[in-house]
Amino acid sequence: MPIPLDAPEVLNRELPEIRARLLQLAAALDRMDRATGSPDVDPRRQKIREALAILLESGPDRAERMQLLFSLPYDPEWKIKFDVAAKK
Amino acid sequence: MYYIDPHIHMVSRVTDDYETLAKMGCVGMSEPAFWAGFDRSSADSFRDYFRQLTDFEPRRAAAYGISHFTWICINAKEAENVPLARDVIKLIPEFLDLPGVLGIGEIGLNKNTRNESIVFFEQAELAERLGQQILIHTPHLDDKYKGTRMILDMLADLSGLDRTRVLVDHVEEHTIRHVLEQGYWAGMTLYPVSKCTPERAVDMVEMCGPERLLVNSAGDWGPSKPTAVPDFILAMRRRGHPESLIRRVVYENPVTFFSQSRNFKFTPPELTAAESSAAKSSNGNGLLLAAPQEKMAAKL
Repeated sequence: MPIPLDAPEVLNRELPEIRARLLQLAAALDRMDRATGSPDVDPRRQKIREALAILLESGPDRAERMQLLFSLPYDPEWKIKFDVAAKK
Repeated sequence: MYYIDPHIHMVSRVTDDYETLAKMGCVGMSEPAFWAGFDRSSADSFRDYFRQLTDFEPRRAAAYGISHFTWICINAKEAENVPLARDVIKLIPEFLDLPGVLGIGEIGLNKNTRNESIVFFEQAELAERLGQQILIHTPHLDDKYKGTRMILDMLADLSGLDRTRVLVDHVEEHTIRHVLEQGYWAGMTLYPVSKCTPERAVDMVEMCGPERLLVNSAGDWGPSKPTAVPDFILAMRRRGHPESLIRRVVYENPVTFFSQSRNFKFTPPELTAAESSAAKSSNGNGLLLAAPQEKMAAKL
């Protein structure tokens, strides 16, 4: 199902919010840098870097890729490890 | 526009919220059993909660012309205590024939543990055995993808389950296709921070289409917005989508899904009393068409 708006219209509508959110993100990263100590060894910091890289990629599924980046991995063998199954 | 909120926890909301929702076009809602914010100490505590869901809340809603439906279960968070969960599961059948009870829910996973999986299986099997519809909670944030896949694995093991009678809720961009492609209904929850915004929900309608898709507020005792469905309606309009598509997602789809439950008796608000009276004698679609005035006359 197509989006009823064309891309320039979407940009016109979304630009103020995109700008505001980018600024909020930049300020949050600045805040971390200004604070004492370094979170560089924290794996969550690396996730943020990977998330920012996703934003720079192209394609219509950045939101989905971002979600997967912040998701725990799924193990198809989980039922065997948990020893659970339907009764019948 | 009239709409139905298919997932909202009104026990956590004040009566003023019913009035606000009615003014904004809400004509029906379904309230799954959930976690109260603290772990209950006994099965009797759940019995009282189920009475509140099946007796008090429908009357509170009816005072504002809203049809209230509910789902009964033990939620994922309290499922960690398996003996207590089994005591609660024993209570469920006595509530399933009450008016307005649509099925078993919201069962699901929270932290994707073994105990949660055991209790999920037992409640899903109960629903399958008793021919009940199911409403499913999927976990939040980083647990969501893994938990949703685990839930779909468990459902796939139930060979007698009719997938069109199962709603998997709180889907987001990375889980919605898994749910829809396997034939289940999917619910998008508009909830600050941990779930989905109205704009992203509109994106998902555009990407996946309106088939078997619902949108809800999941308004509860935490930071949440019971009027989130009207926010979605506005976001759809601002995006340029036709009223017919919006109505399908926020009204017709919930009616279609809920109509599969024998306890779904609903008066479409657009019917006049005369139409309703005529329809009473030839009800071909499974809906009980009672005069709207009868509902409005209900008192607390």
